[in-house]
Amino acid sequence: MIRLEKRAQPSKLWTLATPFVAVVLTMIVGGIMFAMLGSDPFEAIRIIFWDPLFSEQFAAYSRPQLLVKAGPLILIAIGISMGFKAGIWNIGAEGQYIIGAICGAGMGLAFYPAESFIIFPLMILAGALGGWAWAMIPAVLKVRFGTNEILVSLMLVYVAEAFLASVSSGLLKNPDGMGFPGSRNLQQYPAAANLEIFQGSGMHWGVLTAFLAVIFAYVLLSRHMLGFQIRLTGEAPRAAKFAGVNPARIVFLCLGMAGALAGMAGMFEVAGPAGQITIDFNSGYGFTAIIVAFLGRLHPVGILLAGLLMALTYIGGELASLMLGIPGAAIQLFQGMLLFFLLATDVFINFRIRLSKTEAV
Amino acid sequence: MSDPLLRLSGLTKAYPGVIANSDVSFDIHKGEVHALLGENGAGKSTLVKMIYGLVKPDSGTMTLNGAPFTPPAPRAARLSGVAMVFQHFSLFEALNVAENIALGMEDAPKQRDLAAKIKDVSHQYGLPLDPYMRVGDLSAGERQRVEIIRCLLQNPKILIMDEPTSVLTPQEVEILFKTLRQLKAEGTAILYISHKLEEIRSLCDTATILRLGKKVATCTPAETSAKELAEMMVGETLHVPERAAGEFGEVLLDVNGLSAPAPSEFGTALKNVCFTVRAGEILGIGGVAGNGQDELLGALSGEVRAPAGAVSLRGKDISRLGPQERRSLGVLAAPEERLGHAAVPDMSLTENAMLSGAIRKGLVSSGFLNWGKAKDFADEVIKAFDVRTPSASNAARSLSGGNLQKFVIGREVLQDPDVLVVNQPTWGVDASAAAAIRQSLMDLAEKGAALVVISQDLDELMEISDHFAALNEGRLSATRPIQGLSVEEIGLMMGGVHDHSGANLEGAA
Amino acid sequence: MDLSSINPILLIASLMVSATPILLAALGELVVEKSGVLNLGVEGMMITGAICGFAIGVNTGSPVLGFMFAAICGALLSLAFGILTQYLLSNQVATGLGLTLVGLGLSSLIGKPYEGIKSPTLQKMEIPILSDLPIVGRMLFSHDPMVYFSIALVAVVWAVLKYTRAGLILRAVGESHDAAHALGYKVVRIRIMAILFGGACAGLAGAYISLVRVPQWTEGMTAGAGWIALAIVVFASWKPWRILIGAYLFGGVTVLQLNLQAAGAKVPVEVLSMSPYLITILVLVIISARGNHGAPAALGKIFHASR
Repeated sequence: MIRLEKRAQPSKLWTLATPFVAVVLTMIVGGIMFAMLGSDPFEAIRIIFWDPLFSEQFAAYSRPQLLVKAGPLILIAIGISMGFKAGIWNIGAEGQYIIGAICGAGMGLAFYPAESFIIFPLMILAGALGGWAWAMIPAVLKVRFGTNEILVSLMLVYVAEAFLASVSSGLLKNPDGMGFPGSRNLQQYPAAANLEIFQGSGMHWGVLTAFLAVIFAYVLLSRHMLGFQIRLTGEAPRAAKFAGVNPARIVFLCLGMAGALAGMAGMFEVAGPAGQITIDFNSGYGFTAIIVAFLGRLHPVGILLAGLLMALTYIGGELASLMLGIPGAAIQLFQGMLLFFLLATDVFINFRIRLSKTEAV
Repeated sequence: MSDPLLRLSGLTKAYPGVIANSDVSFDIHKGEVHALLGENGAGKSTLVKMIYGLVKPDSGTMTLNGAPFTPPAPRAARLSGVAMVFQHFSLFEALNVAENIALGMEDAPKQRDLAAKIKDVSHQYGLPLDPYMRVGDLSAGERQRVEIIRCLLQNPKILIMDEPTSVLTPQEVEILFKTLRQLKAEGTAILYISHKLEEIRSLCDTATILRLGKKVATCTPAETSAKELAEMMVGETLHVPERAAGEFGEVLLDVNGLSAPAPSEFGTALKNVCFTVRAGEILGIGGVAGNGQDELLGALSGEVRAPAGAVSLRGKDISRLGPQERRSLGVLAAPEERLGHAAVPDMSLTENAMLSGAIRKGLVSSGFLNWGKAKDFADEVIKAFDVRTPSASNAARSLSGGNLQKFVIGREVLQDPDVLVVNQPTWGVDASAAAAIRQSLMDLAEKGAALVVISQDLDELMEISDHFAALNEGRLSATRPIQGLSVEEIGLMMGGVHDHSGANLEGAA
Repeated sequence: MDLSSINPILLIASLMVSATPILLAALGELVVEKSGVLNLGVEGMMITGAICGFAIGVNTGSPVLGFMFAAICGALLSLAFGILTQYLLSNQVATGLGLTLVGLGLSSLIGKPYEGIKSPTLQKMEIPILSDLPIVGRMLFSHDPMVYFSIALVAVVWAVLKYTRAGLILRAVGESHDAAHALGYKVVRIRIMAILFGGACAGLAGAYISLVRVPQWTEGMTAGAGWIALAIVVFASWKPWRILIGAYLFGGVTVLQLNLQAAGAKVPVEVLSMSPYLITILVLVIISARGNHGAPAALGKIFHASR
């Protein structure tokens, strides 16, 4: 009979090891899945994890794409991970991302066709504020009425999507677009475009912001009182109160940061890789970022690596669908499995397995 | 002598790193009240869990009425006539009395029949209960009745009681003992777990004493002195701290008309609590669990803001200040619940030192944390209070209860508080650690701090306090000097009868 | 706009149809939460049930088999959640979210070949005599069997929870797993069974959308219904009959906004289509402002029998 036995304290080794174990398990089960879909599993895994980085044929295109995809994932995941650490479950980052994109793009389009260096910073600010405001809705409701933030933040994703549909065929519609829904393309409006900082690197302003957010979050969580209070709140709410933490403040702080970062991510995306507000410009980064946050152990550096890995599966997935005809949904499932295996193996951090003769009660 | 009802021979149970029980053997006879005596961690609970089928022994055997007895689960134990009254964790607050009782029975009758039966049995044994009351609304004493009735309804041959009096006032203890004697007269065997020596001497026929998982002796408690029992239990002669009556200084903490609403559905509201504590004085606050102890600590530590004017330090109103602001003024606290309130289980001792020491020990400057200094402070506490742990980087939950408690108390004491409020400072702590903690509290008072010690252990309060008051349903009795206070009077104070007009006690009738 | 184009009889009838999936899913989740487990993966199990039921319905031509298979698939998916949270002690919130993500991915993978196909659907079950009544007959008594099944299930869940020993034990486990364990109840086993029931209900709920309500398969077609079901459990204060009220109220809002859209109301379409979600938020706020009474005390807490 297998029995779990609680460790005296969390295992540091397993804390680091479980993400890798989860990736390997996902590769194995994913490989079986690809085989069932009729593809060579080894080839599929190679195409997803190896070719985007090292194949001569694709790397030149894929490597910059890695940063383009990882940027928003990391930015959003850093924000929501603060809340997850404090036991505040903001799972509506997708909505905050959409609203940030709309506000940021709206700010830029309001100046069209003026040219000024101030426009782009104003757009960043508008994006951050938009995401922040959208996240403040669940925050205020939670603090004021004790309303469950999981459900409210998620419901607001659907509201944001309806709003996006409205503005892309209404308020922000391109007047020169010959009646097609969607805004003007910001890539073709130099003052508002989120361009690559180094040509051909994929490194646009959003990616830079993501890296800065990683550093900021690292310092906050490990060196600053606020970060310590966030961790206290999540680990033991009563002890946090004993330490003088104001729970409402932590709710506002965590949801606010997550909203602002997700809003900025949306703005950078819409002014850069996506280019324009369309009814479906958002590609689910807000949800995938949840996986990134957990895979990165809610630790800023871990999130950086997890974001890159997850970006790799996106690009590799596209490549696999191109080369082997593996459907895009398989990659989505692949990512979900990764989270599942991670949660399953996490048990070893706090427990060890014992084989015992007697039955566990 | 007749054949034993239950015979334990050579019971052994080991957990990784701990041998909970090693080769324990003794007999229990029909109609006998058998005490199981030992310190926390001596292996009493594990032994009892084996009898009740919750834990399987690694080796050794049990026989019940001469037949082998190996209950695979509590259900089997109950069917064989073994019933148990738990100390914690066996009632469901949101369910009513009858539902709670039905859950502990094998073939529970219909609700209405069961309710009638509950009424019958509870009156027969002098423990009145309303079957339709929600358990969450009952007092600690009444909850225990629910457990006892649940057991009695199944006509047990053996009734196990785990620390039954820790939640009762002295008067309620008398009622319980009357019930137990009645059961004994009817032939029920009772296995009575306790570390309270006087109780055992007055109630029990035989006592088995455990120390570090081994049986030390079986004796007749009535013929053994409390001191002998204590020495067998602890294994050494204990240093009993002495409290010298000293001079008190100015009033440091003044609590006047402190009221606070109940923090949760099953919490207790504080009602017009008034007391003062002077420099050098220890005020002991007694009372049965769940009468507002947690809430009082919260209102004094600043976790819950008090109405303006209710709490003042040296005449300055601090009622509206939070925990950190009160700490910077010198008002510190150590809550009862070690894991999750006083300390964060999964954080290291260094991080837990930061938890309450950040301000007074200067571990933080302009918002940034100085982990080096925090580790130094944690090491200081570990050294000064003899906390047994490999290092300050170990998680709080890896420490034993006694060691963690020493850390928690030490963390506050070493911050040189002017006022220190502690709740249950030695709960679940072995005797030597308890003595060390009490000594440190008295030393702190000696140095001129004002202490409020909230405890359910009357012996402890008698030992260290200068003044005594009792909490009952959120009200605090008048404060009285501890000297010359009789157990009788303390019982009345705890029961909520503050004057001496000879009021009836509920339930005694 | 032309309000007279809205037929009140059809409105009520279609309200019952649109409420049924939420009712089923919420009822399943109620049982899960009563046992002390918070499964946020309802959406994922629903969408999986939707495609599995649809696929079997199309391939066999039997919607009944489709429903049965959907229930099995929902239960299997919930079993993954059960193993993770009950045996491997993972965080229930994170695992539930993961379940939703897996379910969405799995369903769109399975569903690719089924896009744009029509499925066989359930026959209406005209209840003798009653369905012939004027107005009420068409409104209430000529629905497909699943509508009646879902209402009957409410009654069954209510009666089991209130009057049977099994229900009492389930509630006890949800109130305090430590106390239940001390009394010798198999906490993990009981919770796994509750989780499986919740999964099966969510599967049925999903299949109802793809086989009856729409009836077609489109990716992501549950559109948040699983999350709304979770909200309705809170709205109902964990009481079965209130789940019925909550689901029908919500069904009413959905049907009304669709009818208003069709009738060409002056309100923008986007406002109408976001209204169900906004109303859910509003209801949650009202309920939580009143205090979340009735939540099982051990909800979402991890149980590990130590010592």
